[in-house]
Amino acid sequence: MAGQQRVYRQRIRATSSLKKIFRAMELIAASRIGKARLRVDKATPYTRAITRMISAVAAHSTVDHPLTTARTDTGRAAVLVISADRGMAGAYSANVIRESERLRGRLMADGKEVVQFASGRRAVSYFAFRRRELAGQWTGGSDAPSRETAQEMAKALFARFMASKEDGGVDEIYLVGTRFVSMVTQQAMVLRLLPLELVEGVEETEAGEIEPLYDFEPTPEQVLDSLLTPYIESRIYGSLLHCAASELANRQRAMNTATSNAEDIIRNYTRLANQARQAEITQEISEIVSGADALAAS
Amino acid sequence: MAGSLTVDVVAPDQVLWSGTAERVVAPTVEGEIGLLTGHEPVLSVLKGGTVRVRGGADGDAEFAIDSGFLSFDRDVITIIVEPHVKKAAEETPAPDAA
Repeated sequence: MAGQQRVYRQRIRATSSLKKIFRAMELIAASRIGKARLRVDKATPYTRAITRMISAVAAHSTVDHPLTTARTDTGRAAVLVISADRGMAGAYSANVIRESERLRGRLMADGKEVVQFASGRRAVSYFAFRRRELAGQWTGGSDAPSRETAQEMAKALFARFMASKEDGGVDEIYLVGTRFVSMVTQQAMVLRLLPLELVEGVEETEAGEIEPLYDFEPTPEQVLDSLLTPYIESRIYGSLLHCAASELANRQRAMNTATSNAEDIIRNYTRLANQARQAEITQEISEIVSGADALAAS
Repeated sequence: MAGSLTVDVVAPDQVLWSGTAERVVAPTVEGEIGLLTGHEPVLSVLKGGTVRVRGGADGDAEFAIDSGFLSFDRDVITIIVEPHVKKAAEETPAPDAA
């Protein structure tokens, strides 16, 4: 009987130390998320401005740039998955990976070969476990991405896009990440980086209004050329920031749930331990009483 | 000055300047460009140098940049820059009155 009690006490101790860890992780995530959201907010105007500019070039000029026209010669598509470095963030990484697998299925159904890129240790180990070859991987700093990382990614993906078929060139570049909608909503999403999809940010010209004739300096082609690298970079950087904020929000939520689950378990075990103690005492009393009765009767 | 320009100067990780101004001077790859209201729409590549914003509501501003882009459309100027060093000289006395 005493053994029973000891087991319960042990479990309570273990759970409460786990609870402390969960609580600490929740607080860390909570304190970092404000900063991450601030970074998202600060980077958004740049991304929006550059998107608007690139749309302007494509909409107001008649450039036939290789990067705006679809390429179909290689039959390959690059997919970059952005996940977390660490777990303990609920279904965050799983959601992104599932989304990317869905995209992969769709691309394969179209007869395309998928060239996989991964960011974040969770995605890297997912692909390593399945023995799928990665064309590029980045790990570390998933909750506080740097611009250098974004630049590296952009360079690697861009090189693939510009390469010839023999050198492993790709037709399209996709990015699978998470969009930070609010503290409670984060969505896994697919973004096509290249060829450019120019729908957002182009201002509708009203009927009768003369469409502004842009003057490009030096030439539309050159403007587009020099805009592209910063554009891709800013899209990737923006996505990384969104992912970081989402990761932290997910982690905070997951750890919050874990903490309250730990509390539930502790409460249950405390009850069981009390019951066991009480049962023990009751038994001892009845043993003593019946012993005394037996003595008195004899 | 007939009206004013709406100016946004943005760097990859922050908005450097936002507001209305009378005049913007920026170094494009083909030489300096000065923009007043009513300029024709233009989109140009900037080279290293200084972007100057004059006659803003809260004073003038200058930004040292490494590279960037400028777009002008219906009196709205958007300048995206790769800052040289963080804001080189934020507030400068205006020596010239336009």
